[in-house]
Amino acid sequence: MVIGGGHSGLAMSQCLSSRNIDHVVLERGEVGNSWNNDRWDSLTLLTPNWATQLPGYDYKGDDPDGYMTTHEVGRYFQDYARVINAPVQTETNVTSVISQNNQYRIETSAGEYTANTVVLASGICNLAAVPPFAGELPESIVQMNTRDYRNPEQLPKGGVLVVGASASGLQLADEIHKSGRPVTLSVGEHVRLPRTYRGHDIYYWLDKIGRLDVRYDELTDDELRRGRGLPSPQLAGTQQHATLNLNELTAQGVKLVGRISAIRGHELLFSGGLKNLCNLADLKMKRLAKTIDEWIIENNEDAIVSDLNYVPTRVDDDPALSLDLKNGGIRSVVWATGFRPDYSWLNVDVLDRKGKLTHDGGIVTSPGLYAMGLSLMRRQKSTFIYGATEDAMDVSAHLAVYLGQTTPTEMAR
Amino acid sequence: MADTVDNGVNVEALLDAREALTGNPGAAAFTWRANCKWVNGVHSESSVEGFRGLGEEQSHKREFKFNADHPELFAAEDNGATPVEYVLVGLASCLTAGVASVAQNREIQLNSVEAVLEGSMDVQGILGADEDVRNGFDGIKVSFNIDADADADDIEALVAQSQKRSAVYDILSNPTNITVDTTKQ
Repeated sequence: MVIGGGHSGLAMSQCLSSRNIDHVVLERGEVGNSWNNDRWDSLTLLTPNWATQLPGYDYKGDDPDGYMTTHEVGRYFQDYARVINAPVQTETNVTSVISQNNQYRIETSAGEYTANTVVLASGICNLAAVPPFAGELPESIVQMNTRDYRNPEQLPKGGVLVVGASASGLQLADEIHKSGRPVTLSVGEHVRLPRTYRGHDIYYWLDKIGRLDVRYDELTDDELRRGRGLPSPQLAGTQQHATLNLNELTAQGVKLVGRISAIRGHELLFSGGLKNLCNLADLKMKRLAKTIDEWIIENNEDAIVSDLNYVPTRVDDDPALSLDLKNGGIRSVVWATGFRPDYSWLNVDVLDRKGKLTHDGGIVTSPGLYAMGLSLMRRQKSTFIYGATEDAMDVSAHLAVYLGQTTPTEMAR
Repeated sequence: MADTVDNGVNVEALLDAREALTGNPGAAAFTWRANCKWVNGVHSESSVEGFRGLGEEQSHKREFKFNADHPELFAAEDNGATPVEYVLVGLASCLTAGVASVAQNREIQLNSVEAVLEGSMDVQGILGADEDVRNGFDGIKVSFNIDADADADDIEALVAQSQKRSAVYDILSNPTNITVDTTKQ
């Protein structure tokens, strides 16, 4: 049983089919549901089209360096499901999974199933991860998260606080500020990347230098934990291949403040550590450029010589540490603080104290239970669309061995 | 490589401790303490000895004492550093410890680490002369001067990472709830 008909579930379906393993893919909506319904209007993939590929299904369009819109992604998944003839059961919501007699019982809005193995491929962006103190915002302030946000017109006129400086936070800050609503951006830990470097998309280089192929079992526990917790890099996928960074935003007039740390009455409080976080991100980007340069020299790659066009992130000497909501400067708050998976229906004891799935490269601690599409699950690219292929091959191989071991006893029973 | 770099920090022990404390909130819950006694005027004497951690009472090797007072231009006797100078001392020593630990972990040999800290303050705040002036520092400036076997970016990254992991940096840059209660003898 595969839960989720997104790229992870479909890639897994294809691998299971090629191993002649009988299965069903349960999808709460239609294939590509989240991409068609749960994303904001202007969003495109952060990765170029050449990286949008699934098992046996490469990108065939004429713009390998372009970035798909969310609806194009949804369509791409639907086409793929048709091509591979995936056994998808749409409009089926999973309400409970329990482990019973070495099998799994899956309750859904369309009846009950029993399966020897279950693959959790329902994604990691099911719920908005909003800080607990969001509830303390005065009612006069409109608040919204990145799952509900579609476009700036949903927000009242006036100032907007965007919280979060990952890809979402920067893209939203950009379009909201351009809509005439002055944006203040609360910046926590972030990853700064140039859109292009030395004539290529940054993902071209990340792929070349092997960064995206780094396996989870090559990393120390520490690196793995840090890698799995990293926010998405500050990127946008535009036709102009433009770089979007904090300097671009402040040049437009966006104000930067530190990480939001508390709401006290009518006052929002921000950390005074903004400068350091920006400096850390700048240093990491410079280090990456250096790694790429070294790779180019080592491999005699014919790359154009151009520098990083690097300007350190400009931060005011004394960014605001607080914002008074009473003076009317801020009318709404957009939480671009990331997502977390929804496992409320997973009644198997496989979550750690932080609510994270306990697994070894997608092999969950309960035998016969597998995962797909988790952050750095088996490789750096595990959450990328084209990262699903190798992960699905690995995980389905383990699953096949497990079935081979258990099915005969099941049948004898 | 690892054998030749020695900043005197036992990184393995720190990493082992983190390993042992991860997922063990009881043992990881530390309470740091200071006791303070008024001496005279604005002079007080604080002491530090016991703390709680790893689920039980712990103790320093001995008691440490700290006299705090104010300079003579505040009409005081100047028996010790001012409290805000202790804050700078706390930040300086925390960041410096961090630099050494991170350098050890990254296998960077330190030859010397010096820091100069300046906390600027408009004393109209504490004197109550202007309600719009805050009591505390309006900014803290830290300047590190480091001699290490690494390039400038790597050295800068040491200091940046040290800030990211510093308790005192966090205490000073983020709001902290403080509960004060009083009993009458």
